[in-house]
Amino acid sequence: MKLPMSWLRDYVELPDVNARDVAERLTAAGLQVERVDRLGEGIEGVVVARVTDIEELTEFKKPIRWVTLDDGRDRRQVICGATNFGVGDRVAYARPPASLPGGFTIEAREAYGHTSDGMICSGRELGISDDHTGILVLVPDLPLGDDVVVALGLRDDVLDISINPDRGYALSVRGIGREVSIAYGAPFHDPALVGPRTGSGPSYEVRIDDTEGCDRYVARGVDGLDPAIASPQWLQRRLVLAGMRPISLLVDVTNYVMLEVGQPLHAFDRDTLTGPIVVRRAAPGERLRTLDNVDRELDPHDLVIADDSGPVALAGVMGGAATEITAATTRVLLEAAHFEATTVAYTARRHRLPSEASRRFERGVDDALPPTAAELAIALIEQLGAGRRVDGVTDVDHRSPIPTITLDPELPGRIAGVDYPQSAVEDRLTEIGCRVRASSAGFEVAPPTWRPDLRLPVDLVEEVVRLEGYAGLPSTLPRATAGDGLTRTQRLRRVLSRALAGAGYVEVLCSPFVDAESGDRLLLDAGDPRRPSVRIANPVSDTEPYLRATLLPGLFAAAARNIARGLHDIALFETGPVFRSRGGGKAPDLKAGVRPSDDELAELDAVLPDQPNRIACVLAGNRETAGWWGPGRPAGWQDAVEAARVLARSLGVDVTISADRHSPFHPGRCAALHIEGELVGHAGELHPRVVEAFALPARTAAIEVSQDILIASAPDIAAAAVVSPYPAATIDVALVVDRDLPVAALEAALRAGAGELLEALRMFDLYTGEQAGSGRKSVAFTMRLRAPDRTLTAEEVAEVRAAAVAEAARRHQAVLRS
Amino acid sequence: MSGPNDPYDPKEVSALSDDELAAAVTQGEAAFAAATDLDTLAEAHTTHLGPRSSVALARRELGALPPQARADAGRRVNAALAALTASYDARRSALEIERDERVLVEEAVDVTLPWDRAPVGGRHPLTLIQERVADVFVGMGWEIAEGPEVEASWFNFDALNIPPAHPARETQDTLWIEPADNGVLLRTQTSPVQIRALLARGAPCYVAVPGRVYRQEALDATHSAVFHQLEGLAVDEGLTMGDLRGTLDTLARAMFGPQVRTRLRPDHYPFTEPSADVDLLCWVCQGTSTEPGAEFCRTCRSEGWIEWGGSGMVHPVVLASAGIDPERYTGFAFGMGLERTLMSRHDMSDIRDLVEGDVRVTAALGREG
Ligand SMILES: [Zn+2]
Repeated sequence: MKLPMSWLRDYVELPDVNARDVAERLTAAGLQVERVDRLGEGIEGVVVARVTDIEELTEFKKPIRWVTLDDGRDRRQVICGATNFGVGDRVAYARPPASLPGGFTIEAREAYGHTSDGMICSGRELGISDDHTGILVLVPDLPLGDDVVVALGLRDDVLDISINPDRGYALSVRGIGREVSIAYGAPFHDPALVGPRTGSGPSYEVRIDDTEGCDRYVARGVDGLDPAIASPQWLQRRLVLAGMRPISLLVDVTNYVMLEVGQPLHAFDRDTLTGPIVVRRAAPGERLRTLDNVDRELDPHDLVIADDSGPVALAGVMGGAATEITAATTRVLLEAAHFEATTVAYTARRHRLPSEASRRFERGVDDALPPTAAELAIALIEQLGAGRRVDGVTDVDHRSPIPTITLDPELPGRIAGVDYPQSAVEDRLTEIGCRVRASSAGFEVAPPTWRPDLRLPVDLVEEVVRLEGYAGLPSTLPRATAGDGLTRTQRLRRVLSRALAGAGYVEVLCSPFVDAESGDRLLLDAGDPRRPSVRIANPVSDTEPYLRATLLPGLFAAAARNIARGLHDIALFETGPVFRSRGGGKAPDLKAGVRPSDDELAELDAVLPDQPNRIACVLAGNRETAGWWGPGRPAGWQDAVEAARVLARSLGVDVTISADRHSPFHPGRCAALHIEGELVGHAGELHPRVVEAFALPARTAAIEVSQDILIASAPDIAAAAVVSPYPAATIDVALVVDRDLPVAALEAALRAGAGELLEALRMFDLYTGEQAGSGRKSVAFTMRLRAPDRTLTAEEVAEVRAAAVAEAARRHQAVLRS
Repeated sequence: MSGPNDPYDPKEVSALSDDELAAAVTQGEAAFAAATDLDTLAEAHTTHLGPRSSVALARRELGALPPQARADAGRRVNAALAALTASYDARRSALEIERDERVLVEEAVDVTLPWDRAPVGGRHPLTLIQERVADVFVGMGWEIAEGPEVEASWFNFDALNIPPAHPARETQDTLWIEPADNGVLLRTQTSPVQIRALLARGAPCYVAVPGRVYRQEALDATHSAVFHQLEGLAVDEGLTMGDLRGTLDTLARAMFGPQVRTRLRPDHYPFTEPSADVDLLCWVCQGTSTEPGAEFCRTCRSEGWIEWGGSGMVHPVVLASAGIDPERYTGFAFGMGLERTLMSRHDMSDIRDLVEGDVRVTAALGREG
């Protein structure tokens, strides 16, 4: 809402304060002033002058005038390109040296063969209107030579205030004026305090069929409308400053009254109406061509104003084209009604028709205003000589009384944490228009008609606290009940992420939106849960309507983006939820303000998709960089599998690696990852077709695991190591086995065979050359043996080694390498 | 040279003469001094201090002397031995220092050579800031609550007293899960976790909720469809707006440093009453850029204050939706954008840097404790 300070001062006896001060106080009271425009600044040397002679210069392509002016001191001559004035008119003359808004300086200059001694200004050049079709012709009685800034009152400040949805009353000079008057303790004259004319009988037949959508409808008539009379300058200027465009006197007047008191008005051409006005919901299939000339199909929820011909206006939103005021209109029916907020909100949204009227109705309008606003408009029309009132007032009134609120006078102070005296509470509520009566239960507070937002005691609390000032609130700290710290899951999530970062992975947060084909590009089977299954009805991008069901596509895109930006050695990770449909279904319709039953809550949760948390990494380029020390080492499947060990190790669990075939991985380079028999995910090199589909470098590797299963597998209390003080015996063993035998299997056999004396086992060499034999390989391990209670003898060590080898031989036909 | 003596066979021993001892010392000292490396010195040591050296022989022959003569000769032999040993030790340590210096100089390397063989990892600044705020609240005894990102609209709207006609429900703000009338959406705020936390814990309840939220927004420098919020909720007997203010002050200091100044300003949120916006005094211009004629401030757009988040006292409807008695308990809640907090902290201007996954962003910000 834009509001000039001059308009505000009409109703508030403000002390000598500047607009910035008013802005700060309003902001502190909850009406946030977004900006203050200082108008009329930068105008200097522009004076009132009279046109004494006009010479038309005809030798140019466009009409040019050589104008002689009397500025009360001298005779001055200027060139002027406008023609909307005549001899005798008073104009705004920029007399050199003069300046105009925007830093323009006006000097005498050569133009069209003459020396133009300054210029005649248009409304736009003075920053007071949009009009640049001609110069500004002033009213006749202004003294010559007077500064136009003073004479026209051009100096003004305009407050641009953002109004919250609960403060409909503040969308008016009346509402903001009241707030300003409270802020300064300055007297306030309510512009709506006019005796509404009750008149003699009704003015037009009105019937409200839907009293829920409309609880009041006032209709008044104006006759003898003179379309030739335009709105006066002061009225147009106020509309412009408030951000509205002047249109015609009648429309301007209704807008002016709306801005001043907050009641939207609508004017019908009375001669286009047939039969009584009925306020009702639209019938199915009904249509209306609205003022913006769009033919609209109406929804049965739309509230309409109808006559015998059908709908003539969308209630509280926009009028119809057929009953619009035109240049030919002489008889007017003025509507001042009270429409229900939600109805108007839905209709405005449904038809994408936000209007000044709907903005106000949505936020709540004073239901006492309709007769007053109609009277204000009619009085103004008469005052401007543009028409005359028709006797009679139709006022169909179905309003229900506003309930009073019982308020514990100590509640505001208790909630604020400040001791407000009871008198302060009473005074503040009275200031905003409430009637406050003390009773045994506390205060009985009757909110004013313009505050339909005040319904609960806490609503009144906010009024008291904001007017007493948020700046006065203390800064105290509550003593929270002792908490349990981070949960185990929260702690372990940090552990996992830190482990990956420590291992050289960079965390990224990827877009969770994917396209429908991402599952195909990952070569996933039809029933794979990693195929996108949760679709967004109104996605940000139509090409990515699904939520991710695996973290990989996002990571692939991030990797490709980094590589495109010249960052080739990439190791990325992401952790977070993925979304997998469980069939969905409709959520039960539950009320606000009532705790649902446990069954209802379970029903709510049941319609949500599964949202498991996962961890994924992608690697491309070099894992170890080349340098003066030698060549680099490209990242590969080994690193991806190692990432699983990094994760498992950070939680103190062992991960079992086994070969698997699993999309999107290379069928020969894919590891299944198990912890205590449970599958946690897969790692390996990506399938070449996946690499191609996601435009990744060849041999890109990746891993994706379930964060939830990983964390669940972590021991709550890790087992302590038995630290034996006795010396260790270290022995090596090299075994020749079938080339296809996984090393992990061989290792498991050795472990099983070695038994309890084996402290550590590590594979350290792999040989697949000729000497191992055709189709065979030699694998070397080092074993560290130690007993908890003695030094092992050479015989014991040999026995353990023999037992280990024997088990390997039994399980895998391993042969000791000679 | 003489051979080993029988200790009980006294005889005159020439090696014990003063002159001979003096000569042995002089020769030894000269030999030690002449040695230019440790090997030569070792040879000189064998000759002059070794088991077959004059002094050693003299020492061995002491036993053959009568007791009185033995004491006297012993003193002289010991003196000679000490002098030689001192001379040797001094020379040896001098030569050792010389050798060490030479060797260490030869072994010197260029320590400025790079060794960036292993890749450098890092956490995303947005996860770090979430952990940081979590720690601030855990330090105050609060807990960290969580909720699903795909949420029922009852939790996201109804229970939070956001009526069906509220503009926030318009499709341009909310991303609905298909079919759109099933009442399932991507949470537009972390506030639904207020309800879940209260349902799960009851009162009293002190929880902070960092998390990801979604809005129907096209990506540009200041908007992203996916972003992060921090939600705080405290419900207990007798909580006040002063407690809200103190908690916000604590959080602001933890995020921006001890000099930060906050302001509460009345605003409107359906789920709080009274409601307040939290502003931070612009740390660049300290609010002075609002004065007429002052230079434009890029950080606060010459508004003096920077909007940080929304807050207020929990609306009774919200408490009742979670089964908490609003007559007995009051509560406060607040929420702020973490991207905005992070961008303010580091004076960043483009939110896209945080969502595109460029590793350089993490390299710069992802290692902050
Ligand atoms: Zn600033």
